Amino acid sequence: MSASTHAASPPPRKPRLVCPAGSLRALTLAIDAGADAVYMGLKDATNARNFAGLNFDLAQARDGIAYARSRGREVLMALNTFADARAPGRWFTAVDAAAGLGIDALICADTAVLAHARDHHPQLRLHLSVQASATTQEAIEFYRERYGIRRAVLPRVLTLSQVEQVCRHSTVEIEVFGFGSLCVMVEGRCALSSYATGQSPNTAGVCSPPSAVRWEDGAGGVSARLNGVLIDRYAPDEPRGYPTLCKGRFDVDGTRDYALEEPTSLNTLSLLPQLMDMGIAAIKIEGRQRSPAYVEQVTRVWRAAIDDCAAQPSRFAVQPEWTAALGRWAEGQQHTLGAYDRPWR
Amino acid sequence: MTTARPASLSASLPALPPPPAALRRLIARLPVHPPSLLLAAALNRTLRPRLPDDAAAALAGHTVEIEVRDFGVRLRLALRDGRFHSAPDHGPVTLRIAADAASYLRLLRGNDDADRLFFERALVMEGDTEYGLLLKNTLDAIGPLLHWPAPPR
Ligand code: SF4
Repeated sequence: MSASTHAASPPPRKPRLVCPAGSLRALTLAIDAGADAVYMGLKDATNARNFAGLNFDLAQARDGIAYARSRGREVLMALNTFADARAPGRWFTAVDAAAGLGIDALICADTAVLAHARDHHPQLRLHLSVQASATTQEAIEFYRERYGIRRAVLPRVLTLSQVEQVCRHSTVEIEVFGFGSLCVMVEGRCALSSYATGQSPNTAGVCSPPSAVRWEDGAGGVSARLNGVLIDRYAPDEPRGYPTLCKGRFDVDGTRDYALEEPTSLNTLSLLPQLMDMGIAAIKIEGRQRSPAYVEQVTRVWRAAIDDCAAQPSRFAVQPEWTAALGRWAEGQQHTLGAYDRPWR
Repeated sequence: MTTARPASLSASLPALPPPPAALRRLIARLPVHPPSLLLAAALNRTLRPRLPDDAAAALAGHTVEIEVRDFGVRLRLALRDGRFHSAPDHGPVTLRIAADAASYLRLLRGNDDADRLFFERALVMEGDTEYGLLLKNTLDAIGPLLHWPAPPR
């Protein structure tokens, strides 16, 4: 498909590589390793990775933006949780702070937050967060008409043909996830963590908050509990995963297995030529909670792959060393195309 | 600013030879105090000046036990009155971390990711998960504490 079939400005030929930054150090390493943009959040519940010791205060955000800008890269700020009706002001203040910092775009999901940005900071570029769970062209168009969003991040629940369908008709840029841990539920609508702990990504910015996680060594192996709920039990030398409800092993009809999703990582490296052909504007790497070493090395692999693919799309082949490098960092040490090829919807 | 390093560097780190069994048994019988004192002194020199005030306040007042499995060494540390101290041998700890020397070395040099080591069971963490995460994120944000051998130019 040619770029000219798009109604809006033609998508860039090379998708922009958008990398996670949980700290100033991760931000600088991502930029040095070739990220076109980094995304970060402030130290509070306004972003969906609100973990202790993670994220930026205003001074760090300023330093990060200066570092990126001096190298011609972008900084996006995730402000993608849903405002608490008891104190929505915190979210609006965070939008004002982001605008004051001069970030390149704000990533939001809540319509109240989007409306505040539209009304008070019309110059601010808005991206629709994956947490908004817009899965169709019609939904995306609604956000564009109402709030003027310029890009939408697609949930990881779509198949490749669904992504193509959205891309073909979209009047805004489309961003997809390329690599990282999977959050499989229709994003923005998963309340599994709230059910067990009272906190979930959309309410508090955390899935399976660490304060609710307990690892217990016992006779049957190591048990992972989330607020008392047994999520999984690992044999002594069995690899572990994050204790999220969606990736637990449960007894279902007498069989103990992963009921919803296995602890694997998404890796769409092999789909790059197709994604580029669809006119995907940006590819996002998951992992603001991971170390700067992860960010640096995953960014380096994706930079090389995107450059290779853009240079010779028809001859693109996933290099074994890329697969090996990404395999080292993947949760569950497995790769999957995620929903891009999952038989169930 | 750290300059870009080849991706393969972390895979070619020097592996530490395991200590002989006799030495290991001897080390394991030593009290935790002298090594803990040494580590506390080292951290007061390298880590303390780079520790942000809010992180220091949040981490203070808890005992962490660090076990170097292949050397059979256990260390206990606590951050008190703005300094790292060795903590008593016995009594409860907030967090217990166990890994081999090579894994610690890779983490200290900024070449590895605690999550990855944890998934692979190369690093074991027991106790207060939230405290562990705060510690991990704080150390990640600070960057390598050890530059050895010096990165290639
Ligand atoms: S429980 Fe799983 S699907 Fe739900 S928010 Fe957490 S990681 Fe995502």
